[in-house]
Amino acid sequence: MIRLEDVHVRLGQREVLRGVTASLTERRVGVVGANGSGKSTLARLVNGLVLPSSGTVTVSGLDTRRHAARIRRGVGFVFTDPDAQIVMPTVAEDVAFSLRRKGLTREEVERRVREVLERYGLGEHADHPAHHLSGGQKQLLALCSVLVLEPEILVMDEPTTLLDLRHSRQVAALLRTLPQQVVVVTHDLPMLEDFDRVLVIDEGRIVADAEPAAAIGHYRKMMA
Amino acid sequence: MSGLTGAYVPGGSLLHRLPAGAKLAGLAVSCTALLLLRSPAALAGAAAAVVLLYAASGVGVAAAWAQVRPVRWFAVALFGVQLVFADLPTAASSTLRVVLAVALAGLVTLTTRTSALMACLERCLAPARFAGLDPFRLSLLLSLTLRSVPVIADLVTRVREAQRARGIERSPRAFAVPLVVGALRHADALGEALAARGLDD
Repeated sequence: MIRLEDVHVRLGQREVLRGVTASLTERRVGVVGANGSGKSTLARLVNGLVLPSSGTVTVSGLDTRRHAARIRRGVGFVFTDPDAQIVMPTVAEDVAFSLRRKGLTREEVERRVREVLERYGLGEHADHPAHHLSGGQKQLLALCSVLVLEPEILVMDEPTTLLDLRHSRQVAALLRTLPQQVVVVTHDLPMLEDFDRVLVIDEGRIVADAEPAAAIGHYRKMMA
Repeated sequence: MSGLTGAYVPGGSLLHRLPAGAKLAGLAVSCTALLLLRSPAALAGAAAAVVLLYAASGVGVAAAWAQVRPVRWFAVALFGVQLVFADLPTAASSTLRVVLAVALAGLVTLTTRTSALMACLERCLAPARFAGLDPFRLSLLLSLTLRSVPVIADLVTRVREAQRARGIERSPRAFAVPLVVGALRHADALGEALAARGLDD
């Protein structure tokens, strides 16, 4: 459960979000909007990477201003560019990095890492250097490193922008199977077709909030 | 580039199973020994030992060559200079010393995962805690450095391509500015990702 109440965000001189109020309870929530409309900032509000200049953001009842660390443990975040998100030199090590402070035995860490890599088709790349993976595989690795922690909420900032059609379809199909609540910021409109709810952001405000067909229709008209 | 990063070759040899600390200590001892060996004959023996170690590790010829390849021209130059200013035995032994030391260091990287090296480093740096330094952060710094080498190398390729596309490949400024800006942007994104992955907790 994500609640935003009259959220304003100012970055330097620019007001990026100007009074956003919403409560997101649906399992699949999409966010669309033009470049610079404030949608990436909206995504970053959910795990406290960006704090509101005024207004409040609460996740499962916790205020992101006071409990950012705790919220981040429950909210996984996938960035557009996986190269920035992968911090360890090899595939398995990057997934294991997520588990470093869980107090698990080495065997248990290895087992969980292997399991998540197998599930998303990276099993045979476990010991490969991360920079040898293709763009799509890197995004899958970033996703594995987040999902191994079994977060309650998954936020993705344009996860398919850098991917080819096959890999973006793979990511979209994968999203359908996840048990978590998922919030996806994207330009990939077909991916949102079977979502539960889509928000359209323009110049820092929510200008449409409906089921996918209506919201995407509004967005297309707006961009025409 | 791949000689430096993620050079690990999976395997089950004795060298792979040896703890990282033991390998690093062994590396220090054998490099010291290389410096103490005087006669070319003794160094030839050392060379044979290194070849045997490589064979025992089972990493393959290609991986072995990738370790020594970056110093090949340096080795040739060193040999040439020594040959002019000293004599053949001196030239042969000093060149062999350098190549063998590099090969041994390479063997450690080939048979040890970065995470194992990190864990070892973290243990060795534990006393740094008394100076107010966090050993985990120091070892993270090391692995982020290793990880950033290929990322920055990609960035260099992209900047070069963009320069060529615009026909300004001779301008140092058109190379340096986007490279520095790109590196800083990457640093920002990496910092954000580390925060999202709970580093601040």
